Formats: sequence, C-alpha cells, structure tokens
Amino acid sequence: MDTPIRVLVAKPGLDGLDRGAKVVAAALRDAGMEVIYGGLHQTPEAIAEMAIQEDVDAVGLSVLSGAHMHLFPRVVNLLTKAGAGHMLVTGGGIISAEDMTELTKLGVGRLFGPGATLKELVEYIRAEVGRRRAAARSV
Amino acid sequence: MSRTETSRDSAHDQWQGAFDKAGVRDASFETVSSAPVAPLLTAADVAATDPVADIGLPGQFPYTRGPYPSMYRTKLWTMRQFAGFGNAHDTNERYKFLLGKGQDGLSVAFDLPTLMGYDSDHPRCEGEVGRCGVAIASLKDMEALFDGIKLSDVTTSMTINSSAAIVWAMYLVTAQKQGCRLDQLGGTTQNDILKEYIAQKEYIFPPQPSMRLVVDTMEFGAKHVPRWHPISVSGYHIREAGSTAVQELAFTLADGFAYVEAAIERGLLVDDFAPRLSFFFNSHVDFFEEIAKFRAARRIYARRMRDRYGAKNPRSMQLRFHTQTAGCSLTAQQPLNNIVRTTWEALAGVLGGTQSLHTNSMDETLALPTETAVKVALRTQQLIGYESGVANTIDPLAGSYFVEDATNRMEQGALDIFARIDELGGVIPALEKGWFQREIGKAAYKFQREMEAGRQIIVGVNKFVDTEDEQPMDLLRISMETEHQQVRELAELRRTRSAGKAEAALERIRADARSSVNLMPAFMQAADAYATLGEMVDVLRAEFGTYREPAVF
Repeated sequence: MDTPIRVLVAKPGLDGLDRGAKVVAAALRDAGMEVIYGGLHQTPEAIAEMAIQEDVDAVGLSVLSGAHMHLFPRVVNLLTKAGAGHMLVTGGGIISAEDMTELTKLGVGRLFGPGATLKELVEYIRAEVGRRRAAARSV
Repeated sequence: MSRTETSRDSAHDQWQGAFDKAGVRDASFETVSSAPVAPLLTAADVAATDPVADIGLPGQFPYTRGPYPSMYRTKLWTMRQFAGFGNAHDTNERYKFLLGKGQDGLSVAFDLPTLMGYDSDHPRCEGEVGRCGVAIASLKDMEALFDGIKLSDVTTSMTINSSAAIVWAMYLVTAQKQGCRLDQLGGTTQNDILKEYIAQKEYIFPPQPSMRLVVDTMEFGAKHVPRWHPISVSGYHIREAGSTAVQELAFTLADGFAYVEAAIERGLLVDDFAPRLSFFFNSHVDFFEEIAKFRAARRIYARRMRDRYGAKNPRSMQLRFHTQTAGCSLTAQQPLNNIVRTTWEALAGVLGGTQSLHTNSMDETLALPTETAVKVALRTQQLIGYESGVANTIDPLAGSYFVEDATNRMEQGALDIFARIDELGGVIPALEKGWFQREIGKAAYKFQREMEAGRQIIVGVNKFVDTEDEQPMDLLRISMETEHQQVRELAELRRTRSAGKAEAALERIRADARSSVNLMPAFMQAADAYATLGEMVDVLRAEFGTYREPAVF
C-alpha cells in the first residue's frame, strides 16, 4: 500500500494572509495526508530546504501579495537544482489566468484561485502525486 | 395576567400553529457566522431591554444609537477609498483623481516591504515592491506621495502597523516641510499591532516592544498632534481571516481595551488619550448581523470605558469607527455581482452609524482595482448617501424587535468571549499561545466546508453558476519597472543625503530604544535626515528582537 502523501504548506514572501493556507492545510490533513505547516514569511530557499528535509511529495504555496511570478518559479528551480524536481509545486492566491499559464510553462503545477474548492484541490494533489509516484516506480 | 397579555399570547400561539403548518424552504436559516436566526421576534423578546439605559438616544450614553446627537443630518459619513500602488508618483496621481471625483479623505495603502519595515532594495522584497500598495522607503517618497496636496487641508488614513511610528514620523515631517503645524493635522494611523499577531500577521518585533511603540504614538499624539487618531483598532482583518461576527467584535474590543490599559500603565490619563481612539470594522454580507454588531460595539465600549477605566469625558466613551465592506465576500466568478454585495454591505455600515466608509471594487479578488471599478465603488456610497434616503433619520432600525434582540445577543456573546480571554491571562498571553489564531482558523475552515456542502450559498460559486465563459476584465498590472525605478531612486538618495546626519539620527534611535524615552522625536529627526525606513527598523530589530509566531493550523 502507498504511504500517505506528504505535503508542505507554506507562505513565501512578505504577506501574512494565512487564511487560505491554513484552511488548505486542515483540508489536506482531513483527507488523510501528512501536512507539514511551514508557516509565514518564508524565503524560497527556506521552503526548498524544508521540503527536502521533510521528503515531501508536494509543496503547496500561498501568495496573496502579487509576487507569485517571482516566488513560485524560484521554489521550482531550487528544488530542481537540489535533485528534487519530482516534487509537485502547487498553490494558490490572487493570480490571473494569464499568470497561471505562464507559471505552468515554468514547471509549476496547477494553481488555485479564489472560488476553487477544497475537493478539487485534494483530488488534484492525489492524482498528480499518484501519477508522479507511478512514474518514479516505472523507471 | 391582564386581558391584553392573554390575547397577545393567544395571538402568538395562533401564529405559531400557522407557521408550523406552512412548509419550510430548504435553507439553513443561519447568519454567515453560523448563528441561528429565529423566524419572528416580538415585543416579548426585548421586554428586558430598557429603552433608556440600553438603547437611549444618539449622542447619549451608552451611545447605542450613535456617538453624535445629529449624525448624518449634520454631515454624511466620510467617503474614504483606500488606494496605493506602484511608486509615490503613481499613487499621487490616483489621489488627485479621487479628490477630483468628490472623495473627502485620503487613505494610503502601503506595499509589503514598507509594512514589514524593509527598504525597496532589500533582497527579501524582490517582486513585492509597489504591488499591494505604494512603496515608501524614505521621506523623499513621502514628499512625492503628497506633492501638491496640502496636508492641513485633507485628512489622511494610513494603513500601517508594525512600522507605523516611523512612517507617521515621515508624514509629520512632510507636513512641517509644507509649512503645516502639527496641531493642524487630522487623520489616522492604523497602528494596531495586536490584530497583526492575531490575524494579519505583518508583525516585526515581539509584543512588548511593539506595545511600547504604540503607546509612544498615543502619548506623542495627545501632546503634539491633538487632531490625530493614533490607533484604529481593527476588526476588519480578523474577519477577513475567517472569524465570525461576534469574534470580530469581541477580539477587536479586547484589543482596544489592551491599548487603554497599556496607556494607563504608562501614566497617561484616560481622558487625555481615549477621545482619539478609533475603530475599524468589517461589513460582511449578513445585513442585520452587521448592524447589530455595530450597535453593540458602541454600547459595550461606552459601559466599559466609564465603569472599568473611569472615563469622565463623554468623548472617551463614544466608539467611532470606519467600515470597509468585506473583501472576503467578493467572488472571482461573475464579478459584477460584487457591486451588489458591496452595496448592501455599505448600507449596513451606514445603518449601523459608521463615521467613514470604504467600498470595495468589483475586481479586487483578481487584482488591485482599476480606475473604473474604483469609481463605481465610490458612486455606490454617493447613491446611498444622496438617493436612498436612509441618511435622513438617525438610527432608523432602533426599536425593531429583531435588531434590538440581535444587538443584545452580540453584546452577550462578546462579554462571554472577554471572560475566556481573561481566563487565558489577557490578550497578549492568549495570542502568544495561538488561541485567537486557532479560533479564527476553525471558523474559517468551518465556513469553507459549509460553503462546499452547499449550506452557505454563494451566488455564482455554488449556486446559479454560469457555465459560459466569463468576460475577462481589464486588470491593473504593476510592472517590474516600478521596482527597478524605486531601487534606483533609493540608491540615488543614499548617495546624495548627508551620511553623517543620517548616521547620527540612527544612533539616537538606538540610544532612545535602550532607554524608556518616547521614540517619536528620534524617528522624526531620522526622517528629516533622510534615513530610510529599513535603516530605522534595522536598529530596532537589533534592540528589540523579532517575533515568530507559533505556527498552528
């Protein structure tokens, strides 16, 4: 049987609006995942380090400040450089559709804006982590 | 039992019978805060409410009906739209646009680096400069922000907290350089650090030195800037973080009383500072729940200020507040609906007797508002003020069985929460234990689940969803060029200012921080010497330390 999915939920950047991050953390926990809550005001470097130390399957980032174009790709790049490119980087915030498309091109997973449901999010992480684990086993 | 009572009872029984027989539509009949709502209230529900001692008259203790005797018959509320983005020049243009459209007061939104006490060129600020508000790194930026706007002619509200004392010092020096006297300046600094630990999480220092900075501003304001409101005790962010209405009310008032106690402990007299305290509440979608909250806030505050803190001046007992409609009630789906939500939220603020109001723009779940969206939001207030007729009579809902009962319930709910906070040792021990944060987190999660289960209906999100594609809206975009320009200007400032003067002023801040003297004069000297915000905050970080919260979810 598969081990439970491990997710790091963290807030990079300077904004302190953690309602979304906390609601998501609680929902992932209630969906049976192991959640590490990284807290606020983290640098991309600190987040990547935590993700590697905790050996997570996915990193959920929440940014409401508008600095997402800067912060999301940086976490992806740091993980890739550290040999953890298999980790899913997903998240949400106030992010326009245009920016979401751009971020997907840069290796970020699906992003969730206002109005997204917890159900969608849980299903997405389950499916995507499942796919990545299966891919890792087949090589 | 008298004959009228008997016939009233039998009429009520008859109604109850008829009500029970008439079907019930499929709805939760709860407020947005999950408080149950009765189908009908009657005189019996408010029989214990004293028309004088509990409700009274406007401008009279306990001020349930309003802080002033004439309310909107003398002057409508101040229409104050919060704005700020990009650099000081961009925001200065937006201010001139808003003043030209009939807005009365300015309201400054700062960017995150400014709120967190970093200069625009700090490595942690990459990608954040000018995004959520205007970047102010030094007096030079503050002077540009108010270029051509005489500060003795407007009132300015500044949404700034952990770095508030320093940014206020920059504002005061800007005004002096324009030729204004400090006693001519009116406005508000939000400066409510307690709700930062509780909800908004933009704190820098630990609670004790942060409280010292707040009391320094209260003391300095009481002596030198008598028209200024040094703190706006804020429930807005507590609510946006997911609290219920009664939690917003109770947590906010508890914070307010903590400032009162801290100032009294410093040796200030309650009637010397309390007349300048002000509050800031959220107006969410549940219309009557919000009105009850505003009315209860005034009554609780008046009673406690008089009975517990010994206030004698009526102004010390009158709770005055600013309202902002609920950002968290807006939806990304069908954004035009947000105009309608905002309208009745604003109406609740007005019927609750607000002193000033910000109405959100329809596009704020997507980005900072465009000029068109901001204009509609301001027009919403003007429509309420000039067309609806609701401002013609004072506190028009007083005496409504439902509203008075809801007001009583709000008051009792808040008093119960105060008792819990007292058990935890007061506001600061409770926040250090993460109690407020957990309570808010639980309420937010509960709401989200109820919404997803369809028990809380949100039009366009979980009911009446449009399947066709939404029209894309024009969004305000902030380019990276703003950040680059800001960084260049800051480098130029550091090169051209007198390094000796700036260093001497920073040393004074260090020395004053180590003693117990009021820090405001040192901040003003440093602002005048063009020391930057980041430089000043760095001195304080070294002296006071920084805070990390218990990370709980």
